[in-house]
This record gives sequence, C-alpha cells and structure tokens, in this order.
Amino acid sequence: MSGGNARPRRGAGAWPAFLVIAVLLGLWETWARTSDSASILFPAPSVIAAVLVRELRSGALVRTVGATLGRLASGLALGGVPALLLGLTMGFSPRVRAAVDPLVAAAHAIPKIAVLPILMILLGLGEAPKIAVVAAAAFFPLLISTMSGVRHISPIHFEVAHGYGASAPRVFWRVLVPGSLPQILSGVRLAFNAALLITIALEIVAARTGLGATIWLAWQTMRVEELYASLAVTSFLGVGFNAILAFAGRRLVPWHSTPEI
Amino acid sequence: MSFRCEHLSKSFAMRDGFVQALDDVTFSVGEREFVSIVGPSGCGKTTLLKLIAGLLRPSAGSVVPSAAPDDGRPASALVFQEHGLFPWMTVLENVAFGLETRGVGRSERHERAMTFISSVGLAPFAHAWPHQLSVGMRQRVGIGRAFVTDPRLLLLDEPLGSLDAQTRFLLQEELLRLWTRSRSAVVYVTHDIEEAVVLGDRVLVLTGRPGRIQGEITVPLGRPRKLEYAVDEKVTALKWQIWKMLEEEARRSLALSTREPVSSVEEPVP
Repeated sequence: MSGGNARPRRGAGAWPAFLVIAVLLGLWETWARTSDSASILFPAPSVIAAVLVRELRSGALVRTVGATLGRLASGLALGGVPALLLGLTMGFSPRVRAAVDPLVAAAHAIPKIAVLPILMILLGLGEAPKIAVVAAAAFFPLLISTMSGVRHISPIHFEVAHGYGASAPRVFWRVLVPGSLPQILSGVRLAFNAALLITIALEIVAARTGLGATIWLAWQTMRVEELYASLAVTSFLGVGFNAILAFAGRRLVPWHSTPEI
Repeated sequence: MSFRCEHLSKSFAMRDGFVQALDDVTFSVGEREFVSIVGPSGCGKTTLLKLIAGLLRPSAGSVVPSAAPDDGRPASALVFQEHGLFPWMTVLENVAFGLETRGVGRSERHERAMTFISSVGLAPFAHAWPHQLSVGMRQRVGIGRAFVTDPRLLLLDEPLGSLDAQTRFLLQEELLRLWTRSRSAVVYVTHDIEEAVVLGDRVLVLTGRPGRIQGEITVPLGRPRKLEYAVDEKVTALKWQIWKMLEEEARRSLALSTREPVSSVEEPVP
C-alpha cells in the first residue's frame, strides 16, 4: 500500500495558476506599452526582465542576492537552533514552560526591527547586529511551533515508550522528534518568511548591500525598473524556499496523509 | 505464579483533594493464566494495569513479580485501547519497537517482527503507515508488538473496545490463538462481561470509586476455547452472576431506581 490515493493531482492544481499569472503579465505588458504614465511607475515586465538579465550578466545580482542570503542563512541558523532546542525542552517540561513562557510572549510582541539601533550600539555597525535581528525574527515562530508540536504528541505515545522500557535518548529520537516534526517544519516555514521580511527591511534601513538596499537605492534614484527587478527576485526566493520545504516535508513526514506544509 | 498484587491502593491528587482510584486490591496471576478483569468505566481498571506495568507507583501495597530466572524476557507488555501505534513508524517498525527498546539489533528485530507479521497475515502491510490501516488492523499490530517481545505478562486495556461486534469476535479468536502458542500470562481488562467470561480462566469483578474486587469467578470452560462458548448456557449463567455483582453500581451511576423491575423476566438459576 503506497497511500498515493490521498495526494491531490498536482498537474491539475498548477496549470490554472500559471495561466492566471501569464494573463496578468500579458495585460500589464500591453498596458505599460500603450500608456506613458503607466510605464513610469509600472514598467513593462519585459523591461524588468531585461534589467534582471543585465544584472545577472554583470554579476551584480549574484552579489546582491548573496549578501541577502548570507544574512538570512546566518540569522536562521543562529536563531533556529536555539529555538529548536528550547522549544523541545519547553514542550516537554511544564516547569521550564511556566518559567519561560511569559518572557517569550513579551519578547515575541516586540517588532524585531525596532531593536536594531540598540544592537548597532552594542555590536557595531557591521553584519553582527543585522544577523542578530534576523536571528531574533526567526527564533520566535520556530520556538512556538516546536513547543506546540511537542505538546500535541498524545500522552499515550510516551506511555507506550515507557511501557516498553525506552531510554530517555530513545524517547527523544523515536517519539519526541518525529512526533513534533510536522509542526517543526511549518515552524521553519514561518521562521523563513519572518526572517526574509526582516532581512529586506533592515537592508532598507541600514545596509549598503543586499536586496533591501538595492530596492531603496533604486527608489531614491527613481530607477523604478530596478526596484521591480529586486522585488521579483525577493518573491522568487520566497516561492523557491517554500517549494523546497514542501518537498522536504513530503520526504521527512511521509506518515502524514495530508502534509501540513 | 506470574505475579501478585498485594493490598494495592492508588489515589490521585486533584485540585479539590484526593480521588481514590483503587482500594486494597489483592490477587495473583499464575504462569500462562488468562485473567479477565471486568468492571464499569471509571472503576480504576486502567490504573490497575498501569500499576502492574510499573507506569504508576502505588500509594500503598505492592506488585510482586515472580522470582523468575533472568532469561531476558520482559516482565510485562501493555496494549492500549487505541492510538497505541506510533503514526510515524511503519507497521514493521511498530511491531519491532518492543524489541528495539530491549537493544535487539536492527536486522534481528526486523526479522522477528516480520516473522510475526507474516504469521498473522499482515505481510502485505508491513511497510504501510498506521493511518492506512483499518482500526481493527491497527489493533492487531498493537497486540503483535506486545506478543513479539515474549513478555511474562501481557496487559491488555480494552484492546477491542472500539471495534464493531463482528471484528471484535474475530479478534477475540485471534487473541486466544496467539496466547495459546505464546508463553505469556494475560491480564485482560474489559467492560464487556461476555468477553471477560469467554476469554478468561478467571474473571475478577471490579467495582468503582474506589475500585475494589467485588468477586472472583473461575470459568469452568476447557481449552482451547471456541467462541461458540458465547452461547453456552454455563456462560449465560456466569454472565448473569457477574451482572448481579455490577448491577447496583451501574444503576446508581445512571441514577436509576433499583426497586422498579424493568420487565417481568425471571431470573435464570445459575
């Protein structure tokens, strides 16, 4: 039994979406080419595509995306790993949860970008404060998802494991981790999206490299087509990562009849 | 003797004081004996099993295991009513889990689990996920996981309680078959009086709040058992006898009066 019957037919789901996008791009192109006023604020998709090709050839695009991805990846790792460990602990231990939960709730509510000035005073003007802010943005969604993932494991699974005399490491690897994995993966997705947003935002405010900086510079110099090119790349990053995660989810959580991500 | 419970009591701390779940429960189970425990819901049956399995500590009294030779067999294995399978493990991994925790190597435990799975006809489903199985199949896997560890004592907590009557009937038969070819003693908890009688060598009748042993009945039926016994008049008489022990409490829990006869059916002579 392979359980393939529950999976939606993906081809049927994807084509209408492509069609909608193609039609909208076509309308936009026609509109931008026939109206002078439109082409100033809404340059034609072909013009934006040309900018992308030019920046790709000159290597500027790779540098820009590299800077953004560097901050994003460092921040995700720096915030994600502690979030995972603390989340598992908080999910498992009511005592730790009771001790830390109010602090988490309070800190979670702070807009992370607002701490950037303080961190810049503490950590200097280089990459460190930026990565710290991205880490903070990634930390909370993953922490909360992981904790709730552990708490949603049925107590029966722990009883069965204990009933068969499972050691603590075995309970961890065979019950705690796989039991919370579906929610951990959706936590990773939330963390990525939060981290991407905050990375772009802080690059607009305080960086000279990266997609955010490029967007802001393009706007200030009225090179609107470059602004759109950067937006397109950002959007592509989000779509690409979410697709990778959905694929990983199907691989890592094959026991779910309907994947949660 | 497989084990005995001596003056076992258990109370739980609640918000508004203590709730006593079990009170002074004493009984023993022999080698390879099949003991049914029947009682209304909330009479502490599950608590009793968890105490025997060592998942809970008694408030008073003790569970004394037999002075068995150290041959590596686990003292007990517990089968839950439902949801006992790990959804993230295949049927094979679930059945092998009891061996995994005992440090049996991967290839050996998979081989032993596979032997068992094949012997009960579940081989085509060895690599299926639990959610792809019917409720009855899942329960068979859960029972298999316990049997495959070859425990001295098998503890079953209403394992067939959530199944429809036909499935339950077939699985009772399978359970007896598995038990006959195993070396395990069984403590089988159920709220179904007939099931308790048809399966058990002895039936302990437990009444609730706090759970006490109200009576003990030896079932005068031979082995191997056939399920045709369900219509045997000896079984009918025992069922009536057990019902009489439970009736008053069952009525009380529903706030039914004990005085008004429901019908004019005459009480059969046991």
